[in-house]
Amino acid sequence: MKRAFPILGVLTAILLSYALYEALVAAPTEQTMGDVQRIFYYHVPSAWTAFTLFLINFVASILYLVRRNPAADIVALVSAEVGVVFCAVVLVTGPIWARPVWGIWWAPGDIRLTSTLVLWLIYVSYLVLRRFSSSGQTPTLAAALAVLGALCVPFVYFSIWFFRTQHPQPVMGGGGSIDPRMLHVLLINWLAFMCFAFLVCWSRYRLESLQREVDQAHALESLMDPHGSMR
Amino acid sequence: MSGNGYLFAAYAATWIIHILYLGTIVSRYWRLKREIEDLKKPSVRS
Repeated sequence: MKRAFPILGVLTAILLSYALYEALVAAPTEQTMGDVQRIFYYHVPSAWTAFTLFLINFVASILYLVRRNPAADIVALVSAEVGVVFCAVVLVTGPIWARPVWGIWWAPGDIRLTSTLVLWLIYVSYLVLRRFSSSGQTPTLAAALAVLGALCVPFVYFSIWFFRTQHPQPVMGGGGSIDPRMLHVLLINWLAFMCFAFLVCWSRYRLESLQREVDQAHALESLMDPHGSMR
Repeated sequence: MSGNGYLFAAYAATWIIHILYLGTIVSRYWRLKREIEDLKKPSVRS
């Protein structure tokens, strides 16, 4: 396993570089928006990656609530953390695209934009709860919050189907159409981001597991007297 | 700002966010490593 990580790291770096080349050079230029449309190749795959990570967080949280499995709790924490990072990318790249195309950075009251911001805030509050609450019930409370947060994900995705919004129609299954070459570049970028997210989650999982072992050792040490026996 | 400026800003912002996050992971790793080294040292309580 120790050898697999650097190999996967190199492969992911190559894939990310290739995806960047495809997005900036190989993809055809969109006729109306021009090069600004290429932001789409980072914005949309980041959103899909964030949604996938929130789905993993949901499944791991349910597993933790049912089986009290500590590994599921760590997976839930790690996937939420990395998901928040990808969702932050979505919230930053969206307005950078909107400014030249819509003429505004943010459309106040737009259902897709607002619901994405609310989703991000829910998962930020999840992380704040995990970081600052020292109660033994924290993982259970966080898992319950994660289940509620996950209910927002389909709402965010389908909001543009059911509400009037300035946001473009979905690429997949929502009546929108896309050039096959653009779809190819989009999928390559999504694959690259998923590999990158997997690697980051893996390293965070190892770090979190180690942190918990160290916390246990500290707790044990505080119970010992100076001669090494239990108080 | 031109269209290319916005494009550059979006791609740069994406990687700045990811690199900042990776930076927090690395700093947490070094802090944990120091904690492990402290745990390995014999206790100074008497």
